[in-house]
Amino acid sequence: MNIFSRKTIVLGICAGVIATASWADSHSAEKLNPAVAARHAQMQMIGYNIGILGAVAKGEMEYDAAMVASAAANLQALAKLDGATLWVAGTEQGATAGSRAKPEIWSDSAGFAAKFDDLAMASAALIGAADAAAVGAGMGDLGGTCKACHESYRGPKN
Amino acid sequence: MTAPAPQTQNFATGHIADPDHGQIVFTAAGCASCHAAPDATEADKLTLAGGHEFVSPFGTFYAPNISPGPQGIGGWSLDQFAHAVTQGVSPQGQHYYPAFPYGSYVHMSPTDVSDLFAYMKTLPVADQPNTPHDIGFPFNIRRSLGLWKQLYMPDSFVLTGDLTPEEARGRYLVEALAHCAECHTPRTPLGGLDRAAWLSGAPNPSGKGRIPNITTGALEWSDSDLIYYFESGLTPDYDSVGGSMAAVVTNLAALPAGDRAAIAAYLKAVPAIP
Repeated sequence: MNIFSRKTIVLGICAGVIATASWADSHSAEKLNPAVAARHAQMQMIGYNIGILGAVAKGEMEYDAAMVASAAANLQALAKLDGATLWVAGTEQGATAGSRAKPEIWSDSAGFAAKFDDLAMASAALIGAADAAAVGAGMGDLGGTCKACHESYRGPKN
Repeated sequence: MTAPAPQTQNFATGHIADPDHGQIVFTAAGCASCHAAPDATEADKLTLAGGHEFVSPFGTFYAPNISPGPQGIGGWSLDQFAHAVTQGVSPQGQHYYPAFPYGSYVHMSPTDVSDLFAYMKTLPVADQPNTPHDIGFPFNIRRSLGLWKQLYMPDSFVLTGDLTPEEARGRYLVEALAHCAECHTPRTPLGGLDRAAWLSGAPNPSGKGRIPNITTGALEWSDSDLIYYFESGLTPDYDSVGGSMAAVVTNLAALPAGDRAAIAAYLKAVPAIP
């Protein structure tokens, strides 16, 4: 999907490993397709980092420049993970347990990739956010990228 | 008794219509979510060509063209528009099916209806002809909707009593414009809203799963969680809004900030149902 630095790859792999471990922990009863499990891990990491920015925006967490910059940079890195190992053909909703991936991910792969680009851009815009108000101002765009992608490419729950 | 009531005359007399405010009414009421073409994106969503399909236990409804042209509301007067929106009666004097949420819009203020009409006249014209509804007997007898209206057209808001101005604004947004109850309140076998179970969740009419209970009996989100969700589409767990609610959040996010806070205040004031 993108050309990216060694640091990004390492960060991405660490993120995947940590999150997969915790996901596997909480869902030990189900044996998910490894690609699906890895995607869940990616989403969990995205959720975790957005959570930090959201807490700052909502005033639940005090603004901390290093934490905000780290969360935003992590999001950018997570958005740039190469999808080839993650969005493996045959892992759409209905074809394998736990997946809510719509077939459009594969039939419209350019559109799907563009959604991750949008997330990377909205995340990058938050890296220098100087105070809680600036974080709040960027969160609308950031949340909008989650929503836009889920609207088009994520299937319904159950 | 089942015939449509006579048409309103001289609706909102003396009010000078404000299309800018009409845009807020239009956004809050979510008109484009149902009346834009099903595949419309971004700016196309303001071309109200219709065609969106609504599957229900009574059959399949198709949203009509309501653009300001010959196929839509082009030749309508304000009185005709008001009668349609707030009473569910067409200019030809037929009852509309309540897939059109006139049971909520009945609470719309006359000046808002007038502003909404003025705004909608500024939108692009679509030439798309209307798709007839696919409804079986006996529901295809429109006259029977007169009985339905006698049973289910509300003459008052659900939440009554002393409300703060913010809660009152929230009530107007939730119960009238945004018609939240149309999905979040369970229905009787005849398709009317069960007002005793207001906003306590319902089966999803168009698919699997349930529309959630949004009374304090089940919803544990704080005011700031709710406001944040309406603005960003992110839940307190930082999952993002999905399904039909995604379009709703797009609209809510475009409203003045005070309106999102008002909706949150109203939801906290509604009776809790477990």
